[in-house]
Amino acid sequence: MEPKKRVLVYGYGNPGRQDDGIGNEMVNMIQRWIETHHLTCMQTDSNYQLNIEDAEKISEWDIVVFVDATQETRINEYKFKPVEPSEAQVEFTMHAVSPEYVLHLAQKLFNKSPETYVLAIKGYEFELKEGLTDNAKLNLEQAYQFLTRQLAGWALIKKNLPISMLS
Amino acid sequence: MPKKITIEPVTRVEGHGKVTIQIDDAGQVRESRLHIVEFRGFERFVQGRPYWEAPVLVQRLCGICPVSHHLAAAKALDVIVGAGTGLGLTAVGEKMRRLMHYGQFFQSHVLHFFHLSSPDFLFGIDADPAIRNIIGVAMHHKDLAVQGVMMRKYGQEVIKYTAGKKIHGTGAIPGGINKNLSIEERDILLHGADPLNADKMVEWSVAALEFFKAYHKNNKTLVDTFAEFPSNHLSIVRAADGALDLYNGVLRAVDSEGNRILDDVDCQDYNKYIEEEVRTWSYMKFPYLKHLGKEKGWYRVGPLSRLNTCDFIPTPLAQKEFEEFKAYTNGKPNNMTLHYHWARLIETLHAAEEIRNLLKDPDLQNEDLVIKGEKVHKGVGVIEAPRGTLFHHYEINDNDQITLANLIVSTTNNNEPMNVAVNHTAKSFMNGQKEITEGMMNAVEVAIRAYDPCLSCATHALGKMPLQMTLVNSKNEIIDQKTK
Repeated sequence: MEPKKRVLVYGYGNPGRQDDGIGNEMVNMIQRWIETHHLTCMQTDSNYQLNIEDAEKISEWDIVVFVDATQETRINEYKFKPVEPSEAQVEFTMHAVSPEYVLHLAQKLFNKSPETYVLAIKGYEFELKEGLTDNAKLNLEQAYQFLTRQLAGWALIKKNLPISMLS
Repeated sequence: MPKKITIEPVTRVEGHGKVTIQIDDAGQVRESRLHIVEFRGFERFVQGRPYWEAPVLVQRLCGICPVSHHLAAAKALDVIVGAGTGLGLTAVGEKMRRLMHYGQFFQSHVLHFFHLSSPDFLFGIDADPAIRNIIGVAMHHKDLAVQGVMMRKYGQEVIKYTAGKKIHGTGAIPGGINKNLSIEERDILLHGADPLNADKMVEWSVAALEFFKAYHKNNKTLVDTFAEFPSNHLSIVRAADGALDLYNGVLRAVDSEGNRILDDVDCQDYNKYIEEEVRTWSYMKFPYLKHLGKEKGWYRVGPLSRLNTCDFIPTPLAQKEFEEFKAYTNGKPNNMTLHYHWARLIETLHAAEEIRNLLKDPDLQNEDLVIKGEKVHKGVGVIEAPRGTLFHHYEINDNDQITLANLIVSTTNNNEPMNVAVNHTAKSFMNGQKEITEGMMNAVEVAIRAYDPCLSCATHALGKMPLQMTLVNSKNEIIDQKTK
């Protein structure tokens, strides 16, 4: 039988900046879901942004899902995509780094290549204010339904379970 | 035809920064400016909120150094709740905050050196950008890169155990703290499995300094002359004896020759001595010492300035390095921009030593967390953030609502010096040149990076920030545009 996957769900953003905190809110929801299902093979974490030391953190897991807000115009609600290691996005941000960069560092420094994804959820407002916008909440809910199905599969809870039974 | 070169935004600097270099018909640099979009909305946002919320609210400002804002706000509110100015807290209150602060310093300085600066030192500022980053360091100097990552992790662990959590930490509250350090937490930080323990952090900090000094020895001309210019320097120092103190002290400034131009004044009176100038072409203000005026009163802050203003460092290994640093300029202030890195690494070692000392202090397990006295309506908190002096000033009404907030952040304090550094660099690297090379662009960035500016507005949503370089003529018509 295929073993359960060890999964880290890592949301990042500043919850004091409206929809920028969408990843942090997803982590809160997923943490409750993990506790409900008593899953010891999964953990959550969150921070303001990704940092270089996260390369060491993700190297300990089979699968990593980064959750972040996006303003990408081509994304309507959310997009789940695999992360390819890359240094291409190194240059701009100074103290924060990208998922691709973190994965690249994990490979180079720790010889580990966890299966890595980004769940990018569409946000709209990023001002100094707490709480997500209504539209972002809708996107978060849809993304949550999707992610819990993915996690259920990795945790071998019950594959193809109806969405309504997973939340 | 005169042309204008725009590098936008500055790579490896958060937020929006734009460098404009004006070149005349003869190809000589006429003028350079660093434009920074600074976020000032917080000061209005916080008005009307209960004062005790400020230490948590200010962390919305920035995801890069939230601990510095958290502690500066808490220090200002200590004054408001009658707990004194910095040293009025209980022993555990002050020492837990110091531990949090030194943890922040350690991880911030380590990130700057290993992630941002070391690629320039290892590969040269005109090296291929494909290798001039920490991935390049990882491929060619793996041990160094691993050290950087693990030192960062250790600093973050210190913050986690003192601030309570990574996001919107609540460790510091008006008049004290809300948790002490348990024996278990202390033992993890002090004697954790190799390499995550205090002794290893001190050892690696010494090694990082040796790395820099070896580079300096072989590249003296570059390190000593790159964007060098005379300036004033400002920081807080320990009131009693002028020691380096990153958490609390009095304001001191010296000129480029070492003469005191601000002589250990009370931080509560900062606005008697410091003014902020507004310039039409920049969103960021330009602070200066009032009594010297705009032209002569601007100053630098940060690691270089702190080692120029303080009399000594109160930990033995860092003090030994400080003596070597001071001897290099015969005891005079050091005005060499790239020596910021040297000073930053000496402070990294100091932070590691302080963390180790504090962890051995049994006061950290005390239970008397908070002290309060008679409330007043105004408080100022000044702290040395990793990038330099940080001012938080709050006033409240009888309903405990904030009526005024004024913040002067480290990067604002360094606004004029960064502009001067960019101008020096542009003239050195771009005069007479016919085209912009990657090395030239990075030289400007190296000058800015030495100050470790943080332009973060803490929003970083995916896909938001390209690097764009634009060439325009005297009529602001775009001649060329490149995106990284």
